[in-house]
Amino acid sequence: MSNPIRLKKGLNLPIAGAALCEVTARVAPDLVAVKPTDFRGLVPRLLVKEGDSVKAGTPLFADKKYTTMVFCSPVSGTVDAVIRGEKRKLLEVRIKSDGKNESVKVDIPKVSTLDKKGMTELLLQCGLWPCIKQRPFGTIADPEAEPKAIFISGMNTAPLGADYEFTLKNDVEAIQAGIDALNRLTSGGVHLSMNAQSFAGSEFHKLTNVTFHEFTGPHPAGNVGVQINHISPINKGEVVWTVSLPLVAVIGRFIREGVYDTRRIIAVAGPAAVNPSYVEVMAGVGMKQLAPYFSDGDIRVISGNVLTGETVGREGFLGFYDDLVSVLKEGDYYEMFGWIKPLRSKKFSVSFAYPAFLRRKKYNMDTNENGGERPFLMNDVYGKMLPMDIYPLYLFKACLAGDLDKMEQLGIYEVIEEDVALCEYVCPSKIEIQNIIRQGIDLMMKEM
Amino acid sequence: MAKNFFDKIRPTFSKGGKLAWLHSSFDAFETFFFVPNRVTRKGCTHVKDCIDLKRLLIIVVIALVPSLLFGIWNLGYQHSRVFGLDWGFWQMVWYGFVKIIPLYLVSYIVGLGIEFASAQMKGHEVSEGYLVSGFIIPLIVPVDVPWWMLALAVAFAVIIGKEVFGGTGMNIWNPALLARAFLFFSYPSKMSGDAIWVGGLSKALAGGTPWKGGEVVDAISGATPLSHASLDGLSAAGTSAWNLFLGNVPGAVGETSVIAILIGALLLMGTGVASWKIMCSSVLGALFVGWLGNIGGVTDIPCWEMLLMGGFAFGTVFMATDPVTSAQTETGKWIYGFLIGALCITVRLFNPGYPEGMMLAILLMNTFAPLIDHYVVNANIQRRIKRAKTV
Repeated sequence: MSNPIRLKKGLNLPIAGAALCEVTARVAPDLVAVKPTDFRGLVPRLLVKEGDSVKAGTPLFADKKYTTMVFCSPVSGTVDAVIRGEKRKLLEVRIKSDGKNESVKVDIPKVSTLDKKGMTELLLQCGLWPCIKQRPFGTIADPEAEPKAIFISGMNTAPLGADYEFTLKNDVEAIQAGIDALNRLTSGGVHLSMNAQSFAGSEFHKLTNVTFHEFTGPHPAGNVGVQINHISPINKGEVVWTVSLPLVAVIGRFIREGVYDTRRIIAVAGPAAVNPSYVEVMAGVGMKQLAPYFSDGDIRVISGNVLTGETVGREGFLGFYDDLVSVLKEGDYYEMFGWIKPLRSKKFSVSFAYPAFLRRKKYNMDTNENGGERPFLMNDVYGKMLPMDIYPLYLFKACLAGDLDKMEQLGIYEVIEEDVALCEYVCPSKIEIQNIIRQGIDLMMKEM
Repeated sequence: MAKNFFDKIRPTFSKGGKLAWLHSSFDAFETFFFVPNRVTRKGCTHVKDCIDLKRLLIIVVIALVPSLLFGIWNLGYQHSRVFGLDWGFWQMVWYGFVKIIPLYLVSYIVGLGIEFASAQMKGHEVSEGYLVSGFIIPLIVPVDVPWWMLALAVAFAVIIGKEVFGGTGMNIWNPALLARAFLFFSYPSKMSGDAIWVGGLSKALAGGTPWKGGEVVDAISGATPLSHASLDGLSAAGTSAWNLFLGNVPGAVGETSVIAILIGALLLMGTGVASWKIMCSSVLGALFVGWLGNIGGVTDIPCWEMLLMGGFAFGTVFMATDPVTSAQTETGKWIYGFLIGALCITVRLFNPGYPEGMMLAILLMNTFAPLIDHYVVNANIQRRIKRAKTV
């Protein structure tokens, strides 16, 4: 703990529109949605129908394979709509809030009396189990697996990411309760990684029952996958669990109060955000309610960060795991001779092929691809963005080839999409690297 | 204005249009003028760096320009020197310009023609890779090479060297060097000897009638210093290290001036477009073998002079560093570069009949680059396996 792990590779994206440390609104829920698509590999079984009345904590759908794993409504009200996509795939369950905010009340036994099974059942039945993700592959944790340890990232390095020191400063007790609960699930302990620079003055300093690790470095140093790789890399056959810090607080609140309370402070930020700042919302909040923060015109509203988030649009809903809404201008324009201009003062590049002094300011980035898709050509740009002992280009190619053995040998268990997102950002060939890794992981899951 | 033009003709080339089959070509021209309006897609990063392949490749081309400009002047200079002509600066430049332009036309028309056709057939976007290869080829072939031969070599390099492997990014050997190797092995008479490196000289010698009726002043001074130096040292070749550094010696257009190449190297290293590791390790490898040659008594040439001679500098900076055909791993790059330098000088020292080792050294190491990478990556795999066992 006294020796911070210093990461050099990576990049802090200089994107404009960071949120000011101020909560500018507390949004009372109106229409919220729970989206099965937020959970990798989930096949849902619907438990409610349109018109049913629900409370916060009422199960909406369950996992088809693991039937006691339920997913709950974050608010009380009525089921407004069940949205299905192609082949009747369940996409969203929308709840219209009645404003009463009633919750299903659960009696919580004393945490220290619970063993792993007891704690697992408690979290499963209350709908908070999906907070826990599993590596390899980033799925919801398998309740029957024996995790090596549980890892939490206490630093958020993602572009425009919410500052946990700010959003969770009043939740330290809840986080402590959450950590105590998670400790019941593993014999390997709970590991919390903190930013070495701010750790000394951090509120989280007082947490107990947890092993601290300190990291410094640019994004993706805050990605839990990168941290695990440096603390205790995942080997074949091993399973570790990860929880994001805001969701630890949600688990902790449930343990302390017995209610399903997914309130969270999220950042609304980005170059196309008006008055970028923090907002208190419920999970699954509708973007319509955040409309005052969006500028007019052709914009992209993203649940999550600009590297890994999902486009939800002005009518969409916040994802289960997300605590950031990023707003970008769509880059649907042509730029004459853009690639040959000596300077492009409005565009950022990490490459020295553009003069380096351009790097000092923040940029109003948009969604333009800045080029066309080409084969892999440059081979040294990817390694500089992935602070792990992995040869990224070889892993990508193994995924493209669908070679399971090679993928395994080259470290597919240690990464998920978010870890290679920066590789995709810098790729001069504009290759969809996250999709390549996604397909690789899907193939692994199918074959195993 | 240009935008309106493209907007107007776009429907013709889009799906359902009359010339839809020419979509790839239209796209290539449009993206040349405009960075396209494509936006990032689902499941990808929403923002992307503004670097693209066009930018990277244009940097390489710009880095080659000093060599080209110097080479153009040097063509005229060597010609006037050998034929005893009293030419001014602009006459020399004009001579070189007239000589080199057809080579560029042949290189780009044939090479890009094939690239466009193959992109068309596959329905891909046209890749920019050939912009660089096509720029290099005229710089490394003898200036008097018959155009049909050059066309054949380019076609060979692009089709057999590149397209059969799947196009840009998939090739094993550097296409520009492959073109030169093709010429070298197919038409040895046009590709070896001393006379080929001075414009007009081989023709004059073959015809027995010196050009412009004058005497060829000093035919032997047309020899590349390299072929003599490899045997006898620089002074026997009638030149000095300074001349080699400056580049006013006979040789292929782009490769003579080490100064011009260094300017390009600085640009490439400063922008990070080419690997400084490969360049450094290649120089180290060359110095090492050159030094061994010195202490072993094989040659009297100081090892650092080896760096100035022949195509070593040009090959190290512009061709060994080709990101597709070089080693892909950072450790591998050190090994790969070192072996290129070492092999090049080894060939020079032990095969006086074939003094220019750079071409084959690079092609050979291109072949073995995947093997080097295999072992480097395998070490990573072994680390992972070992880690799993010790837990």
